[in-house]
Amino acid sequence: MTMTRGTKTLLCVLAAIVGAFIYVPLAIILINSFSVDRVLSWPPSGLTLEWWGKAFQNEGVRSALLTSIGVALLATAVALVLGTLLALALGRFDFFGRQAISLLVVLPIALPGIVTGIALNNVFTSFLGGLTLLTLIIGHATFCIVVVFNNALARIRRMGGSVQEASADLGAGAWTTFRLVTFPLMKSALVAGAILSFGLSFDEIIVTTFTAGPGITTLPIWIYQNLFRPNQAPVVNVVAALLVIISVLPIYIAQRYSNTDERGAGLL
Amino acid sequence: MTTTTAPAGLSFRHPWLRIVGLLSAPLAWLVVVYLGSLAALFVTAFWTVDDFTGQLVRTFTLANFSEFFTNPAYLGTIARTLSIAICVTILCLILAMPVALFMARIASHRWRPLLVALVLTPLWASYLVKVYAWRAMLQPEHGVIAWLLQPFHWSGPGYGYVGIVVTLTYLWLPYMILPVYAGLARLPQSLLDASSDLGAGSGRTFRSVVVPLVWPSIVAGSVFTFSLSLGDYITAQIVGGKVTMLGNVVQTTYVNNLPFAAAVATIPVVIVLLYLAAVRRAGALDQL
Repeated sequence: MTMTRGTKTLLCVLAAIVGAFIYVPLAIILINSFSVDRVLSWPPSGLTLEWWGKAFQNEGVRSALLTSIGVALLATAVALVLGTLLALALGRFDFFGRQAISLLVVLPIALPGIVTGIALNNVFTSFLGGLTLLTLIIGHATFCIVVVFNNALARIRRMGGSVQEASADLGAGAWTTFRLVTFPLMKSALVAGAILSFGLSFDEIIVTTFTAGPGITTLPIWIYQNLFRPNQAPVVNVVAALLVIISVLPIYIAQRYSNTDERGAGLL
Repeated sequence: MTTTTAPAGLSFRHPWLRIVGLLSAPLAWLVVVYLGSLAALFVTAFWTVDDFTGQLVRTFTLANFSEFFTNPAYLGTIARTLSIAICVTILCLILAMPVALFMARIASHRWRPLLVALVLTPLWASYLVKVYAWRAMLQPEHGVIAWLLQPFHWSGPGYGYVGIVVTLTYLWLPYMILPVYAGLARLPQSLLDASSDLGAGSGRTFRSVVVPLVWPSIVAGSVFTFSLSLGDYITAQIVGGKVTMLGNVVQTTYVNNLPFAAAVATIPVVIVLLYLAAVRRAGALDQL
């Protein structure tokens, strides 16, 4: 666009302000985790590492962290298998109902979390005899499929079908072709999808609230339970900071595994 | 040799065999677990709960909907929720436009992937933690905003309606920036040059050329900001003070009166579907 110098400067300033709006709250979380104050207050009256140590000794935090990791790993494993199968079907073949299926995959994250949450809660408590760790994993896997699917589909479209045809011409069966040709070519996209799926599951609060069995506490649930307790503020701050760090790291790793045109494919 | 080529040949000659093989497991999951649950919830919305026994009464009735739409308090909630979602969408657009213009039209190509990553990153930071961050920002006495405004003897918005709007805007802003940026980046330079050759200034070019051309992207972004705001309830709990949204009604009623909660939960879904149907005309769905 032919912009005057003034317009350009104005846009730069505005973009910088919005950039600050995006990053200041995250910075506040990180700084607050070192605050000596026992209640949420700004500016901190001093800085300390004490709460980080206390948080890691906190039994509730440690078991919540382990639960979160376990649930995220299992949900990701399920999502990897189902998402890859779907992507192989939709990326290769054109058939009746294809559009409907791609809409169905997005639905669990497109609909409000509370709708997905109470829908699953209702079915699990009525037909599966109550909520357990398993129902939580099923709930998470359902909305994790889409990120694996999006990453895998983008890769399959880039790949084209010629290598598989060549493999079949050389006499390889469907499974051999998948094992020796398709899978190695898809591997990095699947790693990216798995990391994003892990992050999505790790952070999820709403579906978790409605599908986790009694007594099962993930890290977000732990924060939620302790959020309004005044004396817990310092430890909540540390866990919040930890969650920011753990969930921001995956995107950098995922970026390294995906191609430029696939970036962001996990979400949009 | 024939034994190994047979399956491949078979599935190449009959692609539907492979489609069925690939689709059966994931579709079973999505249809049985997910669509089944949604359908069950939708059916439950037309049932009631016996006041005395607390048992489900499985007879079709519109009682839940008529109870909702005749109660002024609930009508207030739905109006408030809609106004919050609209304010959030407009604010997101106002904030996203300069950032997207900067990314697509001012920053050099080398920096674009980094800028996209910078916008995407906060999306992956925990939703709950971001809301919690705004609890620290908005805290009436010791919050960051109160501290910033103190020298001017102003007080911050505290927890409430404004707090919810600001927090939701913060949460969904990347969903608006990315499609608008993608739309702006696709804009051919020749059209903008033509506009300025014909004597239009930057403002006129923006209004008459840029906005109409990126409109589908803007609408695509608004689908996210609008529908995500509509179903939210955690934000209202944490930074809303006494202000409640539709999601809070669902959350507080589902334990004792699942049919009513189910009925309320279908309202945002119906509104989102109506909105999607309306924006189909703008061609926005191709941008999603």
